[in-house]
Amino acid sequence: MATAVENIAGVDVLDRPLESEMTLSMGPQHPSTHGVLRLDLKLDGELVIDCIPDIGYLHTGMEKLFEYKKYQQGIVITDRMDYLNPLGNNLVYVMAAEKLLQLEIPERAQVVRVLMCELQRIASHMVWLGTHALDIGAMSVFFYCFRQREKILNMIESASGGRLTPSYFRIGGLMMDLPAGFENRCRQFLGDFLEAMDTFETLVTGNPIFQSRTKDIGIISGEEAINWGLTGPCLRGSGVGLDLRRDNPYTGYETYDFNVPIETDGDVWARFRVRMRECYESHKIVRQALERLTPGPIKADAPKVVLPDRDDMRKHMDSLIHHFLIVAEGFDVPAGEVYMPIEASKGELGVYMKSNGGPKPERVHFRGPSFVNLAALPVMCEGEMVADVVAIIGSLDIVLGEIDR
Amino acid sequence: MTEKLHAYVDKLKAKDPSWVGEVTDAFGEVTAIVPAASIVDVCSFLKNDQGFDMLADLCGADRGPEEDPRFEVNYHLFSTVHHSRLRLKVLVSEDAPSVPTVAYLWKTANWHERETYDLVGVKFEGHPDLRRILLPSDFDGHALRKDYPLRGYEPYSLN
Repeated sequence: MATAVENIAGVDVLDRPLESEMTLSMGPQHPSTHGVLRLDLKLDGELVIDCIPDIGYLHTGMEKLFEYKKYQQGIVITDRMDYLNPLGNNLVYVMAAEKLLQLEIPERAQVVRVLMCELQRIASHMVWLGTHALDIGAMSVFFYCFRQREKILNMIESASGGRLTPSYFRIGGLMMDLPAGFENRCRQFLGDFLEAMDTFETLVTGNPIFQSRTKDIGIISGEEAINWGLTGPCLRGSGVGLDLRRDNPYTGYETYDFNVPIETDGDVWARFRVRMRECYESHKIVRQALERLTPGPIKADAPKVVLPDRDDMRKHMDSLIHHFLIVAEGFDVPAGEVYMPIEASKGELGVYMKSNGGPKPERVHFRGPSFVNLAALPVMCEGEMVADVVAIIGSLDIVLGEIDR
Repeated sequence: MTEKLHAYVDKLKAKDPSWVGEVTDAFGEVTAIVPAASIVDVCSFLKNDQGFDMLADLCGADRGPEEDPRFEVNYHLFSTVHHSRLRLKVLVSEDAPSVPTVAYLWKTANWHERETYDLVGVKFEGHPDLRRILLPSDFDGHALRKDYPLRGYEPYSLN
């Protein structure tokens, strides 16, 4: 315990003033907390004894809002959860509704969904890489990463009209088809992206400072990671090869050829390596999806659920009536409950959707990967330095919009 | 696909017939209703003997004030070994909205249960740290209950 060794002018001078516990409140406006996360750090000097995350600053009651909106109106809410991976959120939401409605999605829509989701995954990983490196002190990486992300956002904008909130997927298919010239732009991007990845590997991966800041820090074992419910790159960094695209395939992922990168160390560096290698795998999937793009319908054949084409509405009375009914009253979804998981860029993104029939869901619950991964932060931080907490948060790749919902 | 899942439910029934109530099979998913008193036993059997090593999700739902039992808690179990998913459902009445915690089996349940407590108002007996998680600690009511108005009771201020 700290004892007074000297008494100078009535002030106790302690031999080790920080030997006793100190509480440091980190955030909620700290830039390295990636949003509005507050950490209550219990410190012994620089050493973290305990870390208590405090969340909810961004809580907007989205799950309540879903219950008051028609199924098709819920899509735009999902955009705002994990705002770095909005297409993944769209996908899981529409797939849950499609599962309840038992819709058959046409081949082209499936391929476009895979294509867009993998582009979005790359974009999400670019934000992660840029901010993770920025947290650790490498500023220039951020700009190179955002340049790549910008190209993807421009492509998403050309297809959907929105950059951060695309709402591109609809229950039963897509909002609209890919614009002319999209494939060429995408091929151009794929070529440039590999060069950019070379830059990142040189700038970050080969950087001895970055390596020494990330190796042997924030270690979590595979068994513990499963117990904490970690998914995605955080789990694969601990040596557990689980990827829902391969193990619970959806949207036809079983027909694509890709690997699931695994690292075994379970530290920040391992999670970093997994995400970097995943970018190449996503790149591979995008390339395959581009080759499979053949003309065809992009909406399911379900006139009571899927909005008709504008042209049809002008020519056919029934299309006009369907359009009016879908917009004004919505469509009834059979009663039941489903849990739909997908592999989002941060891990298992699941949606539990319950319907009592009728045009509005009874309950929509999102299992956000960031929420679950953040819960494991205290075990990773214990015994590390304060500066490493920043590196560990970066390696978890959290988005507070999804945690707080 | 669901035969495999029914096999797990049958194993539960064989172990103790009182563990499983109604079993539903819909949309390729199997749901087993489990009495609140045996949820910990059922979960630990599935986790330790049947390979359901991950709790993918836990969420509460309010069926409406006129229903009895009013609340339900859904456990979405997942196996990283055989990649199956099973849903356990615990029905909770409004008079005693309480379920034993599974936070000692899966650490991930800690935050899920806090969220369920916060938003739906189901308590988890034996939970190590049952506080509100998303809403402020002095928040009145449980926002995801059906009788809670969309815009709250009065303008909420952080003071």
